[in-house]
Amino acid sequence: MRPSVPFRLAVTGLGAALLLSGCVGAKDAGGGADPSANADAKDVTLVISANDVKGGKNAAEAAWIEDEVIPAFVAAQKAKGVTAKVTFNGAGVEDEQYKTKLELNLRTGSGSDVFAADGIWLGELAAAGYVKPLDDVVGKAASGWDGWDQISEAVQANLSFKDQRYGIPNGTDGRVLYFNKTLFAKAGLPADWQPTSWDEILQAARALKKVPGVTPLQVNAGVPMGEATTAQGFLPLLAGTGAPLYDESKGTWQGATDGVKQVLGFYQQVYGAGLGDPRMQQDKAGRDQSFAEFAQGKVGILAEGDYFWRSVICPSEKDCGATSMKDRDSVVGWAKIPARQPGSGVNGQDFVSVSGGAGWMLSPKTKYPQQAWELMAFMSSKEMQAKLSQAQIRISARQDVNAETLKNDPLLSFISEQVLPITTYRPSDEAYNEVSLGIQQATADVVSGKSPDEAATTYAQTLTKAVGADHVAGG
Amino acid sequence: MPTTSPAAEPVAGAAGPSAPGGPPGADAPRPDRDVAGLGRARALGFVAPALLVIAVFLVFPAVWTIYLGLLDYSLTGAGAQAPTFVGLGNYLDALSDPGFTRSLWLTLLYVGGSAVVGQNVLGFLLAWYLRGARRVVRPVLTVLVLLAWILPGSVVAFLWQALLDRRAGTLNTLLGTADQAWVLDHPMWVIVVFNVWRGTAFSMLLYTAALSSVPRSHLEVARMSGASGWQQLRDVVLPTVRRHVLTNTLLITLWTFNDFSPYLLTGGGPNGASEILPVYIYREAIIGGHLGYGSAISLLLLLANLVIAVFYLRVLRGRKDES
Repeated sequence: MRPSVPFRLAVTGLGAALLLSGCVGAKDAGGGADPSANADAKDVTLVISANDVKGGKNAAEAAWIEDEVIPAFVAAQKAKGVTAKVTFNGAGVEDEQYKTKLELNLRTGSGSDVFAADGIWLGELAAAGYVKPLDDVVGKAASGWDGWDQISEAVQANLSFKDQRYGIPNGTDGRVLYFNKTLFAKAGLPADWQPTSWDEILQAARALKKVPGVTPLQVNAGVPMGEATTAQGFLPLLAGTGAPLYDESKGTWQGATDGVKQVLGFYQQVYGAGLGDPRMQQDKAGRDQSFAEFAQGKVGILAEGDYFWRSVICPSEKDCGATSMKDRDSVVGWAKIPARQPGSGVNGQDFVSVSGGAGWMLSPKTKYPQQAWELMAFMSSKEMQAKLSQAQIRISARQDVNAETLKNDPLLSFISEQVLPITTYRPSDEAYNEVSLGIQQATADVVSGKSPDEAATTYAQTLTKAVGADHVAGG
Repeated sequence: MPTTSPAAEPVAGAAGPSAPGGPPGADAPRPDRDVAGLGRARALGFVAPALLVIAVFLVFPAVWTIYLGLLDYSLTGAGAQAPTFVGLGNYLDALSDPGFTRSLWLTLLYVGGSAVVGQNVLGFLLAWYLRGARRVVRPVLTVLVLLAWILPGSVVAFLWQALLDRRAGTLNTLLGTADQAWVLDHPMWVIVVFNVWRGTAFSMLLYTAALSSVPRSHLEVARMSGASGWQQLRDVVLPTVRRHVLTNTLLITLWTFNDFSPYLLTGGGPNGASEILPVYIYREAIIGGHLGYGSAISLLLLLANLVIAVFYLRVLRGRKDES
C-alpha cells in the first residue's frame, strides 16, 4: 500500500526538522563579535531601546534620550566627520513584557544596538549567550573608560556577571516605606514615624484602619505585580529575618525556611486581617491602582522604591500624569524598612533595604561595536547624567553627578546617605527569574487565603524543580 | 517539468489499475483517475507550489513544535544556549502539573459555556428573531452585534475594563454596586459573557443564512396543520439546519479553544482562576521562558483540537449518510 500524502509530508517534514535541529542552541557556537568591525565607518546607524516613552512611562528619560542624548551625540560625531543616524525605540509597558520582547529580539539578533536592561536580568541573558562581556564586544575602549572611577563597586556589580562587566549602570535605587502624613495625623500617629519592627508597622496599620475609607498598608504581593512583589515586598522583609535569599558561599536558595515562613506570615497578618487590600494584589493592573490610590490619599503606608517618589507621585503633572501629587513634599513621609525585630536583619542590622539598578548594555550582534560603545559612554558621561538628573531627580550611578544633584531632594539624599549603606542586592544568577516567579506565586497564595506553611511548601517544590534539590536550603 | 516526455502518460496510466479487485479489462485508465490527462509527474509539478507552501507554513511548524517539546529548551539561561533532550519529560510534567489540569478544565468550561452554548444559542435566537423583526430593528441590531465582532481585540478589552472597573466602572455605576470587583469575584463568568458578546455575530450570520434555506412551503404546511411556533422550530427548521448547527459549533469550538483574548481582561487571574490553556501556555513559555514545555502543551492543545474536529466531522458525516 502506498503511504498517504499527509503521511509522506509528515515524514519529509520530520526529516527536515531533524536536519535543521542543529540550529537550536548551535546559534552562538561561532566566535565572538569582532570589536574592530566597522570601526572607521563614516556612516553609522544605531538604535537605542528602553522601556520609556514620551508622555507615558519614564517620560523624563525618554525625553532625555530623544532631545538631549541623540542630538548631542550626532553633533559630536559630525565634528569627527562621521554621519551618525541614531533612533530611539521606546516602549511604555510592564517590565516583564519589555523583558520578553528584549529577549526575543536578542535571540533573533534583530534588536537594538544599545538597550536598557535591569541588572537582575543579566544572569539569564548572559547564560543564554544573548549578551557578552564588554571586553569581548568592545575591547580596550571599554576597559579603559574613565567613567568607571565614578561608579562604586557595588553599583558596577549590578551589571556584572562572573566578575565581568556587561554594561554601564545608569543608576541605583533603594526601598523605603512611604506614608501619608495627613492620614497619620488623623490616626494619631507621628509625622516622623520610624517603625523599628514588623509589629510596629502592623500597629500603625491597625490605627490607620480606624480612619474611614483608607487602606492602611500595601506591601506588594502576587503574580500580576511581577518583580515588584519580589523586590519591594518579599525580599526586604526576608532581609529583615537575617539571611539573604541566595547564599553565595554555599550556592543555596532559601526554601521553606523559618525566614520564608515568617515573611509569608507577615503577609497573612496584613492581608488576612484586612490591613491591606488583597484585591489590589490580585488585579491585573494592581500596582497602578495602588499608585493611584496612594496619590489620592487613600493608602496609609506603601512599600516602594525611590522610583515611586520621582516617577509616580512627583509634583509635575507633565512627568507623572494622573498620579502626580502637587503636595507631595508636605504630605508624603518616608521611613526605613525595619528588620523583623531590632537586630534581626542581615548582618545583625536594625534596618534593611533592597537595591538594584538598570543600565545600558549593547547587543553583541551590533554592526558598529565601537560606535555603540561610544554612544553608551556618552550617555553615561558626567554631562549627560547631570542633564538626566536635572530633568528628573534620581540616584545616578556616577558619584560626581550625585554629589551635585542629590542635595536638592530630601528623599533621594536620605536614600543615598542612610539606605544605600545598609542595602542588599539581588543575586544576578540565571535561576533568579524562576525563583522570583515562585516567590510571587507564594505571596499570591497567602493573599488569596492559603496558610503560610502551605504556600511555603509549594514554593519549596517550585524552587527544587527550578534549581535542583542540592541548591535548596531549609524546610 | 516541460522536459517530461509524453511517454510518461501511459506509464502513469498503467500504474493506476494496480488496485486489487479491479474490474476485468482494467487496462484502460479509469476516467476519474486522470481526467486532465496530465500524467502523474506533471500533475505533481502543478501542485508542488501549494504543497511546498503547506509544508513550510503548516507541516514544518507542527513538526518543529513536536521536536521542541522534547527539549528543555528555554528563552534565557543555559537552556537557551544548549538545550538537552528530555524525551517525554515535558509531557509527563504537564500531566502531573495541577496547573495544567486546572487550566484544561477551565478551558472546557470556557468553550462549553461561551461557544457551544452561549454563542450558538444566542446566535440562533437572534437569527430567528431577526427574520420577523421590523424594518428598523433589524439593521440596527445587526450592526450592533457585528460591531462587537469587528472591533479590534485591544479596543474591546479596554472598553470592558472600563465597564467592569472596580472603582469607577460603568457597570458598578449602573447597578449602584460600589467596590464590586467583577473581574476578581467572577473571573470565569466575565470571560464567558465577554466571549458570548464578542463572538455571537458569526453564529448569527451563519444561522441567518441557514434559516433562509428553510423552504417557505414547508413552514406554511406546518402552520396550516396547526403547528405552534415551537413545533415548527423543532420539526421543520431544526432538521433542515442541523448540518449548519454542527458546522458552526465545530468552527466556534476550535476558535474558542485557541482564544487568547481573555488574557486582556483578567490576565488569567486572580491567582490562576481564569487561566485557560492559551494563557497557561503564554505564561509558561513566554513569561516563564520554558519554550520546550510550552511547545509540549501546545501539542496537547493541538491534539485536543484534533479530537474535537474528528468528533464533529464524524457526526456530520453520519448525518449526511442518513439524509
